[in-house]
Parts: sequence; C-alpha cells; structure tokens
Amino acid sequence: MDLLYKIFIDPFVQMGTSPDLLVQTLWEGLVAGVLYALIALGFVLIFKASGVFNFAQGIMVVFAALTFVGLYQVLRGWGVSPGDVAAYCALALTILVMLGLAYGVERLVLKPLVNQPDIILFMATFGLTYFLIGVGELVFGGSPKTMVIEDLHLPRGAVEFKIFGGFVSLQKIDIAATVIASLMVAALAVFFQKTRIGRALRAVADSHKAALSVGISLEQIWVIVWFAAGIVALATGIRWGAKSEVSFALQIIALKALPVLILGGFTSIPGAIVGGIIIGVGEKIGEFYWGPLLGSGIESWLAYVIALVFLLFRPQGLFGERIIERI
Amino acid sequence: MFYREVGQYKTNYVADQAVFPILQDRIGLGVILLIAFVVIPLTGDDFLLNAVMIPFLIFSLAAMGLNILTGYTGLLSLGTGAFMGVGAFACYKLTTIFPNVNILIWVICSGFFSAAVGALFGLPSLRIKGFYLAVATLAAQFFLDWCFIRIPWLYNYNASGAIQVPQRMLFDIPITGPTATAMTRYYVVLTIVVAMTWVASNLVRGRIGRMWMAIRDMDIAAELIGIRPLPTKLTSFAVSSFYCGVAGALLVFLWYGGAEADVFNVNQSFLILFMVIIGGLGSLLGSYLGAALIFILPIVLRMLPPALGLEIRSVTVEHLTFVIIGVRIIVFLISEPHGLARLWQVTKQKLRVWPFPY
Repeated sequence: MDLLYKIFIDPFVQMGTSPDLLVQTLWEGLVAGVLYALIALGFVLIFKASGVFNFAQGIMVVFAALTFVGLYQVLRGWGVSPGDVAAYCALALTILVMLGLAYGVERLVLKPLVNQPDIILFMATFGLTYFLIGVGELVFGGSPKTMVIEDLHLPRGAVEFKIFGGFVSLQKIDIAATVIASLMVAALAVFFQKTRIGRALRAVADSHKAALSVGISLEQIWVIVWFAAGIVALATGIRWGAKSEVSFALQIIALKALPVLILGGFTSIPGAIVGGIIIGVGEKIGEFYWGPLLGSGIESWLAYVIALVFLLFRPQGLFGERIIERI
Repeated sequence: MFYREVGQYKTNYVADQAVFPILQDRIGLGVILLIAFVVIPLTGDDFLLNAVMIPFLIFSLAAMGLNILTGYTGLLSLGTGAFMGVGAFACYKLTTIFPNVNILIWVICSGFFSAAVGALFGLPSLRIKGFYLAVATLAAQFFLDWCFIRIPWLYNYNASGAIQVPQRMLFDIPITGPTATAMTRYYVVLTIVVAMTWVASNLVRGRIGRMWMAIRDMDIAAELIGIRPLPTKLTSFAVSSFYCGVAGALLVFLWYGGAEADVFNVNQSFLILFMVIIGGLGSLLGSYLGAALIFILPIVLRMLPPALGLEIRSVTVEHLTFVIIGVRIIVFLISEPHGLARLWQVTKQKLRVWPFPY
C-alpha cells in the first residue's frame, strides 16, 4: 500500500502543494525538450527529403559548434577586433563550412549510394559520424571548449517570476533559445509549404523517380536539405554550448532525439517539436517526482519507454503518415 | 580451375543436403580449423592470442547473434551491447552463487537469461518495424545499462561497481581468472565459438531459418503462407540474444577478466552492428569477416606508425583511426553494399570459371 501511495498519490500531492516547483520543472522540461526538438528537426529535414536516417546529426551539432568556436579563436588570434565582428565573421564562415559539408556529403556519400536500401544509407551516416568525430578531434582537439557568449550578444542571467506564493527562475538564454527555435520552425514550415524549393523537396520525399521525371534535380535538393540541417545543427550547437560547454558528450544527448522522432513521426516538422516537448517535460517530471522511488538516473531511459508506449498505440507516431502495407 | 564442382556427384539425399556439398569447401574448412586449433597456438605469442584472436572470436560470436536478428530476420537492433551485458552479469551471479558448478555450464546458461530478456524486449517487434524498432531496442539498451549500474545485487554490492572474475577450473586447469594462460582461454573460446557456429549454420538452413528469412523478405506474404509472425520474431530475438549473451559472458570471463557496466554501452552495440553490415547481412561467414575487419584493422593501424618509424603522438593516431574507420565504412558501402561475404561469393564465382571471364 505504501508503495502504491508513493507511486500514484504522493507525486500529485507534491505537485498540488508546491505548484512553483511544478512550474519550474515544467519549464526545465520545456527547455530540454526544445533542445531535443532542434536535433530532431535536423533528422526530420533530411529524412523527409531523402529518406536517409541521418545518424550523424548529433555529431554535426558538435562539429558546427566546434568549428564556430575554433574559427572565432583563430580570428581573434589574427587580431580581428572588436570581438563581435570576429564572432559574426566566424558565424558566417561556419555557415560556409556547413555548406561545404553538405556539398561533400552529397558528392561523396549520397550520390554513389542512390537507390540502396535504407539500412545501407543509415550505415553510411555512421561512417560519416566517425569521420566527423576524427576530423573534429584532429583539428580542434578533444578538450571541451567554452562557447562565445558575450560577443554574439546572447542574453545572460535569469528572470524570476513570483507565482503561487513561490518563485520560478528562468534563464534568459533559454527564453531566447525557445523564441529562436519557434521562429526557425515557423520559417521552415513556410519554406516547405509555400516556396518552389519546398514543393520540390516534398516531391522528392514522395518519390525520387517521379521527382526526377518532372525535372527536379536530386543533387541540388539534397545539398539544400543537408545545408538546412547543418544550419539547424549550428543553432543547436550554439544554444547547447551556451548552456554547458562544447564537447563530444553532446553526441549521446543526440540519441535522445530518436524517441522524439518516433513520438512525433519521422516525417513531421511539427511532430518533432511536439514530440521534443513531450519527451523533455515527461522526462523531467518523471525524474523529479518518480525518480527517487527507483533510484535516480531514470532520465537516461525514461524517454525511450515513453516513446515505446506511444508506439504500441500509434506505430507511425503522433503526426506520422499512416503506414499502409501492400503486398 | 581450383574451385570447380564438376564431377562431384551426389548419390543420396544426405550428401546433397550437406552443409558443405563441395569438396573444396570441406578442405578449406578443414584447413581453417587446423590453423585455428594447431598452427595459431603453436606459433602465436601471447599478444596474438590475447589481444587479437580471443576478442576477434568473441566479437564474431556476438556479430553472428546480431546477424541472426538483423540479417536473417530483418529486425534492426541497437541493443546488442545490453544483451551481451545480461549474459555477462548472469554468468557472474550464477558462478558466485554456485561456485562449484563448472563455469562452462554457466556460460551457456547465461545465454538463456539473455534470451529471455531479448524475447521480452522483442515483444514490440510485432507492431513496429524498421527504424522504429531500432529505437525500441535502444530503450532496452539504456534501461539495461541503467540496471547494471543501479542494481547493486547484480555486482554483489562491491564498492567499485565492477565485476571481478573469480578463478574457475576445468579438468584442474584454470580457465578464468588471473592465472589462466592465454592458450587455455583461447582453446575454450575457440571450441565454444566453433560449436555455436555449427549450430547456427544448421539453424539458419533448417525450418526455423527459412521462417526467419520469409519474415525478412516480406512479413505479410510470410503470414499468408502460414508462418506465425510473433513466435518467429520472438525465436529470432531469443536465439540472437542467446548468442550475444554467451559472447558477453565470454568477453568478461575469458578476455577482460573483469568489467564495469560501461563495457556494454551503446557504442558496443554500434560496433557489433558495423561488423554485421560490413561483413554482410544474412551470412555467418560475413560475421567473421566483419569482426576481423572492424576489430583487427584498428590494431594494425595503431601498430603501423611505430613500425614505419614515424613519430606520431598516440592521441593523433587515435583520432586518425576514427577518420580512417569512418572513411572505410563509407568506401566499403559504396563499393560493396552487400558486405565482405558478397565479395567472397564473387571471388568464388570467378574461381569457378577461371581462366575464362564468364
């Protein structure tokens, strides 16, 4: 009985008695969720337009952030001043590097592997992951780096709100990140739905062959999506780096994007966002209220279990396209 | 010319259904077994046995396990490392609770624990497929990883959280623990791996294996011809996890001599998956070739710069190894997406018609 009480009643009593803690936990979940959603967004972009399950998205985030910080340091070393000029130059150069990466991936990895089964393309992105880890460590060294915060004029500090008799503190950078993420998703949605290239992307996603036959260049489309995913990766990297530091550990966090994906559906941009938030909030709430019962650290697998339970009821995810089996 | 089955007539069904119906294959297998059982122990030093051959064989076994699931049944799994961990921890618990029972019995028994866990996590496979299933198996990976760390009962409440392999005897010769020589451990691993390969090769060409392959090729069609999907998928999960579990137990007991939960993390799962894909999906030989390529090549790469007289810092070598592994995976996939096993088949076909091109 005691155990049942602890599982089913006590957490809700706690939520009721100290709502400020609940709001704080929800906010933290939301913040974590936005990060997952951003990584998932990169996955979705590439999956939608080429059917490739891009395992390298996590390392692309690290790579983009490392390149940015590395270039910034180089520019400062050359005496580029003031700092914000160097920071924005580095940002522009990093975007160029991501374009180069997209182009290289299309040329060297995707093009020779056109028309192969999904799992082969999936494995190729594994190869890309290893390659990027190696190159990143060779060029920038394996030690964690601090993100450039002041020179990019990212907001710092915290805002405190008084609610329900307690107070909730929100980091300004988190608020900024949430706003930027929403803007980015809105921009991507408009891009996909309204522009010419967006229509071409959707055509490619439906059928490579049919798209080719109406004159859409697969190569161009793939460079564009990988570039878009690269920019999303850069934004994610800056946002993550500002919170902790830029290191290869982020790669494991990127795996958290997978339950987000299956929750939201592999092909849905809103799905990635909603899934990310559900996973982030669910994880934090679970860890905070039920974690002590099981011993801490349940965060590491709770997301997957939430996703698994969802899958049993909706195998295609929340917003995924219905899977129709044909013989 | 060297590989021609002309003139090898079969006069009964037994001969026709043999695992190796061609004489050259039988000779080749005999030579390989001879090298493995006699030549390598006689000529190899401790480094070769301990750092190359033992782990190579163990990883081959694990790759074979995953190949049964991914290659033969078409179910993608990213939880191999955790299933290996279940085997290792089960073996550790069993041998510390019942120290007098022969360790080899516990190594095999630990496979059954792993099989049970594997079948449990295989349950969602009826409803979900492909990458969705891969993520579901990731749930198994992270959950079991967490169990290995957070349940102190599994490592007998010792302070370090690691398992230490006690010394166990077979015919009064120590085969596990610090006093066991590389040679004895090599023989034990080799015998188990060869025996389990033999079982697997008979399994995949029998009724069960054909059911697996039917499910892989098209599950709905397989269902229509009377193959029940759930039992088939679950047996595949169970057999696959059994192999992985035994491999995990061998890994800790006969190679590392002690391990933490960290050994069985998600990277281990990925490593085994590489071996299967690079080696060739749906081929037992491919499991060996993939394990050789993924495991032995980095060792060679690490030894190469000193051998050439180049002075490169070991950290740089480590990073270069990453780059090279990455490039190699991509190059292999581009040049031969069906893996090394297909390369071997192509070679055999070439040998068959040699010296003519067709």
